[in-house]
Amino acid sequence: MSDQPMFTHPPPRASRPPAAPLLPEPKLVDVVIDGHADKVPETWTILEACRHRGIDVPTLCYLENLTPVNVCRVCVVELAGARVLAPACSRRVEAGMDIRTDSPRVRLSRKMVLEFLASSVDLSTAPEAQKYAAQYGARPERYGPPAAPGTLETDRHVGTAQTVAQPVKIDNDLYVRDYAKCILCYRCVQACGSDAQNTFAIAVAGRGFDARISTEADVPLPESACVYCGNCIGVCPTGALMFKSERDMRKTGEWDESKQQKTDTICPYCGVGCTLTLHVQDNRIVKVTSPLDAAITQGHLCIKGRFGFEHVQQREPAGAESPDVKLPEGVSSRFKAR
Amino acid sequence: MDGIMDLHIHGPEATEAERAVVDAVVGEPAGDRRDLLLPALHAVQSRFGWLPQGALNCICRRLHIPPAEVYGVATFYHLLSLTPQPPTVVHVCDDIACRINGGARICEELAGRECPAHGGWKRSPCLGQCERAPAALVVRAGESPNAFVLPRTTSGAIMASLGSEEARENDRLEPLRRSAPQSGSPGLRLIRRIGQVDPESLEAYRVSGGYAALGRAFELGREGVVREVIASKLVGRGGAAFPTGRKWEAVAKAAVKPHYLVCNADESEPGAFKDRLLMEGDPFAVLEGMTIAGYATGCEKGFIYLRGEYPLAARRMATALAAGRAAGLLGSDILGKNFAFDVEIRRGAGAYVCGEETALFNSIEGKRGEPRNKPPFPVEVGLFGKPTVINNVETLVNVPPIILEGGAAYTGIGTAGSSGPKLFCLSGHVAQPGLYEVAFGPTLREAIALAGGVSSGRPIRAVLLGGAAGAFVGPDQLDMPLTLEGARAAGASLGSGVIMVFDDSVDLGDILARIAAFFRAESCGQCVPCRVGAIRQEELLARLRAGKPIGSRRQELALLQEIGQAMRDASICGLGQTASTAIESALASLDPVPEQGRPS
Amino acid sequence: MFGAGGSTSSFRETEDTDVVLLWGSNARETHPIFFHHLLKGIRRGARLYVIDPRRTSSTQWAHGWLGLDVGSDIALANAVGREIIAAGLAHREFIDHATTGFDTYRHGVEPYTLEYAERETGVPRSLIREMAHAYAGAGKAMICWTLGITEHHNAVDNVLALINLALLTGHIGRYGCGLNPLRGQNNVQGGGDMGALPDRLPGFQHVENDELRAKFERHWNVTIPPKRGWHLSAMFEAMEHKELRALYVIGENPLQSEADQARTRRLLEGLDFMIAQDMFLTRTAELAHVVFPAAAAWCEAEGTVTNSERRVQLCRKALAPPGSARDDIAILYDLARRLGHDWGEPSAEGVWNELRTLSPMHAGMSYARLEAHNGLQWPCYDENHPGEMFLHSRLWERPLNGPRVAFQPVEHDPPVDRLTEEFPLRLTTGRRLDDFNTGVQTSGYRSPLRRGESLDISPEDAKRLGVRAGEVVRVSSRRGTVEVPVRLDDGLRPGLTFMTLHFPDDVATNLLTIDATDPKSGTAEFKATAIRVERR
Repeated sequence: MSDQPMFTHPPPRASRPPAAPLLPEPKLVDVVIDGHADKVPETWTILEACRHRGIDVPTLCYLENLTPVNVCRVCVVELAGARVLAPACSRRVEAGMDIRTDSPRVRLSRKMVLEFLASSVDLSTAPEAQKYAAQYGARPERYGPPAAPGTLETDRHVGTAQTVAQPVKIDNDLYVRDYAKCILCYRCVQACGSDAQNTFAIAVAGRGFDARISTEADVPLPESACVYCGNCIGVCPTGALMFKSERDMRKTGEWDESKQQKTDTICPYCGVGCTLTLHVQDNRIVKVTSPLDAAITQGHLCIKGRFGFEHVQQREPAGAESPDVKLPEGVSSRFKAR
Repeated sequence: MDGIMDLHIHGPEATEAERAVVDAVVGEPAGDRRDLLLPALHAVQSRFGWLPQGALNCICRRLHIPPAEVYGVATFYHLLSLTPQPPTVVHVCDDIACRINGGARICEELAGRECPAHGGWKRSPCLGQCERAPAALVVRAGESPNAFVLPRTTSGAIMASLGSEEARENDRLEPLRRSAPQSGSPGLRLIRRIGQVDPESLEAYRVSGGYAALGRAFELGREGVVREVIASKLVGRGGAAFPTGRKWEAVAKAAVKPHYLVCNADESEPGAFKDRLLMEGDPFAVLEGMTIAGYATGCEKGFIYLRGEYPLAARRMATALAAGRAAGLLGSDILGKNFAFDVEIRRGAGAYVCGEETALFNSIEGKRGEPRNKPPFPVEVGLFGKPTVINNVETLVNVPPIILEGGAAYTGIGTAGSSGPKLFCLSGHVAQPGLYEVAFGPTLREAIALAGGVSSGRPIRAVLLGGAAGAFVGPDQLDMPLTLEGARAAGASLGSGVIMVFDDSVDLGDILARIAAFFRAESCGQCVPCRVGAIRQEELLARLRAGKPIGSRRQELALLQEIGQAMRDASICGLGQTASTAIESALASLDPVPEQGRPS
Repeated sequence: MFGAGGSTSSFRETEDTDVVLLWGSNARETHPIFFHHLLKGIRRGARLYVIDPRRTSSTQWAHGWLGLDVGSDIALANAVGREIIAAGLAHREFIDHATTGFDTYRHGVEPYTLEYAERETGVPRSLIREMAHAYAGAGKAMICWTLGITEHHNAVDNVLALINLALLTGHIGRYGCGLNPLRGQNNVQGGGDMGALPDRLPGFQHVENDELRAKFERHWNVTIPPKRGWHLSAMFEAMEHKELRALYVIGENPLQSEADQARTRRLLEGLDFMIAQDMFLTRTAELAHVVFPAAAAWCEAEGTVTNSERRVQLCRKALAPPGSARDDIAILYDLARRLGHDWGEPSAEGVWNELRTLSPMHAGMSYARLEAHNGLQWPCYDENHPGEMFLHSRLWERPLNGPRVAFQPVEHDPPVDRLTEEFPLRLTTGRRLDDFNTGVQTSGYRSPLRRGESLDISPEDAKRLGVRAGEVVRVSSRRGTVEVPVRLDDGLRPGLTFMTLHFPDDVATNLLTIDATDPKSGTAEFKATAIRVERR
């Protein structure tokens, strides 16, 4: 192509920049939010309408890049005339809706949801959930101290509270699964499934309080369909899923988010151009994420983008005294061979 | 879309026998038929007594479902086992009606006995046999799998069933007559054939007036049928009491095609057994009701989602379907009226929550039986995402008489606010437990009298109305009229027609504990208020009963109310929304757990 | 394409299109995040056809898999074209309006009947026909390809065959339509944009266009040779003839990445002088006379890259490079200074702004705008221009804006490395999900998926050869021999084998590959080697 004579000249410019076909503007509907009348597009959810007004609606299972599943129920709001509360994250606005985000019923349900979670799940690496729990006055101690693990059906000790405590799963070098920290928000299942990766290595298994995220027959990840994209880690709100490097640093006390900088750059693998947010502490990459609003990734990466960074920090630094230019035989001793 | 994806399947391959079982359900690589997942799991379970990984992998390949999702579905249901089990397993009911009639003692006795290698037993939530408590369900896996119920059983009978090929109930009418004591009485509409007409004979059904309504429906035309049902003011008999005609009208008018009809036969409410007896005793009536509903709402395909613990009902319905097809009452051109309609039976596999309509859809679709958020409602987005009419068995059995008598005449039965006949399931401490038909309107006291009154002659301690999801009323409320409006005024609901009577020998705290355990075990686990709330409620009751409150008893009772309020307000579905009502109603007025705690 | 090399459409358009032909690409594993967009399209109802000799994980998402014989792409594409014409599905209005040479094309594809194509490609004619009708009948359709098209001795012809299909159906220059080469590295596109092509100055401005060249000469105050240079394969040719005596290798590992490794080594070792500038002491760098340790461009330096949808994006410095490793730009500035040119203080943004003054298609892309918009797609002519989501919309303007586009008939020409009794098996090469090229960047992390090099063969061939999974065999081509363990892959048809280039230190796959190169692009035929497999 490149050697055709006509192409020694630049191609003509389009008369106007090409664009996607315009979608019709959504209709506006009248709603009332906490007593204030508002007009919002009918395609919006209650959550969007609330956030647009600057009203803080807590969410745990909701994430912008995933289909709302409305399972945590911390975002519930009261609709005048409705028998039960409605999840703001998934419920669309309707004309005439009278929405209350801070009624006593709403506050009670949110408090109880947070209390239920705090009394059954280890939220120590879930800052959002902790923040909401404090904000809504959750008092998980009302249910008693945590029960010893594994006593759901038998030997129940009256006065203790069942938890989801279980041993952490470390079955590969890239990331760990600590389901004692899992609030069952379904985000990882969605990211592994039809909302992004479409690998379906994990699903919810079991039922009721025994429901948990699992591979088939609970096999270790290397025996599952997992392709280690780490998109499950990317969406996990509680630290149940975590880079192994982060977990190791936390164990040794090295992990220090106040010392970390986040820098956006572009993945070095393939030509798709995924935005990587590099979390750097002490000049080392300690974690990789991608912004949810990046048009290309929508927050999702592949194994190379998320975990492939190690090569840059496995180079032994050349000595300060050494010149820029070096003959090969002198270099090899300080410059790790590849 | 379904059926196209890259699957990663590790682990064992299916054996020849396992593959044959899967093939018999699924056939060659089927793709796109995820709805065959539960039938395939059932087939494997019935053949081997559990779900070997090789067979599961085979299902994954055939239906193009990721292994983790198949595992997620398989672990959802009580009747499926991911670990090897003996070929015979007896499910012994220890739920409310059975436990006060000897079920609890049976479990204690069994716990002390050694089972043979080829048999075992486990506790079960309500089996829907409350009129013949205590009951057990025997499930035999193998080349000729078999399942049957042991009514009014004993630990000895259960042990015997592990060892021998016990005959099933062969008499078709006598057990039905015992379960429906009004059998043969005049004036019955819904249960008039039960115990009187051979439930396995289409001819007998026709002779007794069957399929006259379908003929009349064709005369009325689709819109005419909907008009009559609207005029009848029939409301759903599954518990929610939504006007049936409005539901039908919405689906009939829905532009999106195809439309589906679902008969909700997943009766699992503790204390309820009416739908079971309708299917066991008059299966053609269910089918005729469905056919009329399908005709009126433009459905070509209907499903009966039938409770997994109801083997006899499943057999009777299957027999009726086969007879109906052979007689041209189902199929591509019913009675030459250019109307195509057929029905498929889908068996549940042990999950109360699947009685919730959207959970039921997910279950048929081969997903976990987790309820969907509403809206959208089933009339718009239902089974397979299409407009769907879903009606309870009893609701559909009301349809033929409405068509024959006319909607207007039908409103003359019952009261102004509650039209038509209604079935009640009377159990517990009554002399003649069973299924009773009345026109809406008698008082609770009259209903109990219909069942022969309290069996022991002792005073009534409490009555559970509507089942575990209903509410307790005290002896002071026996004059409450059994109508929708009457129950509402008393702060209760008729729900699915359960009336369970407890005399004063009962430890009501124990009943509440069982109800709390029931909801903890039956919560699907999807939403936080129900998943955690149910276990916190159970723990709290245990603390009260043990006399070991955290803080004061008053604080505990306040906390119980807060738990209940959050479950009611914030749960996704009716299960969580009602999981606290019975317990709260008892605590409000019946003092089920006296301050000194339970004597131990 | 049509004057400037780059994908014509954007990733998001794959979410909205109706039919996608994924040709010679295993994007599920090689471009996973692009595939996410494609999956959204499939979930919204788009039909996917995958043309690939191997039954890859991408093909398992397809409505149709066309498992053609390696190197028979033109036979297939021409047959698709012929069927589209024969079925009356050609977009006559577009053809008349915006193209030339249709009649020549029509005559050219006339011999490519479905029967012929089935024979030549091994794909059932019904499937070829189905794909032809699906593509031509779709309201919106696009073709996406990767190295399965371009790593052939007739790579450019392969691409032209696909372009012809887009011209034939009008699936170009409209939203949701297009022709999209998926770039294999994060800045292959940017390298081309910046003039790292033998015939182009930055911004795809042709070096043989006097006016354009003069613009650069004025700006740089130098004389630019008026003739195009050598592409990579021609460089090796020139080394062979001793015309090329010195080489400056920046961020490449040609010793391991080029076909026919024995020849590459001989030629590199024969150079008078070689500089290697790299993050690592690569095998190539070990042969160099001078090594410049370089910063990792993607995280230890500032700059831009251009992705596969022509989006120029900012790379930012997150880490200080180790030791004396330095930013590529700084090294180049220093080198320039030693050669007598003072370019001032090295600055990525400064270089970029200089480019914007010289390359009209980049003129509107200030760093501030790139930052604000998460990158911009070229062409972007001024600071008010949004960049082009898809190219060639001019072809639909009435009257036609600019010259017509020519059909360019091409003929099927099978791979150079013929299958014979001595070398009866076809070896093709490619990537796996978790590894990258010669492994320089990926061997550092512990991928649970990594399983080392293997010769993937069909179960049928394994049985015939009497080899078991895991058994180490000798694999020979006309150029060399390697030893490698066998892995059975039922996604391979009998006669087809597969290896990667990811583990060259363990198994030097490129000892086997052929350097038969495309005369126009200079790409070697990595995709088609004739081999023999023997038990040890």
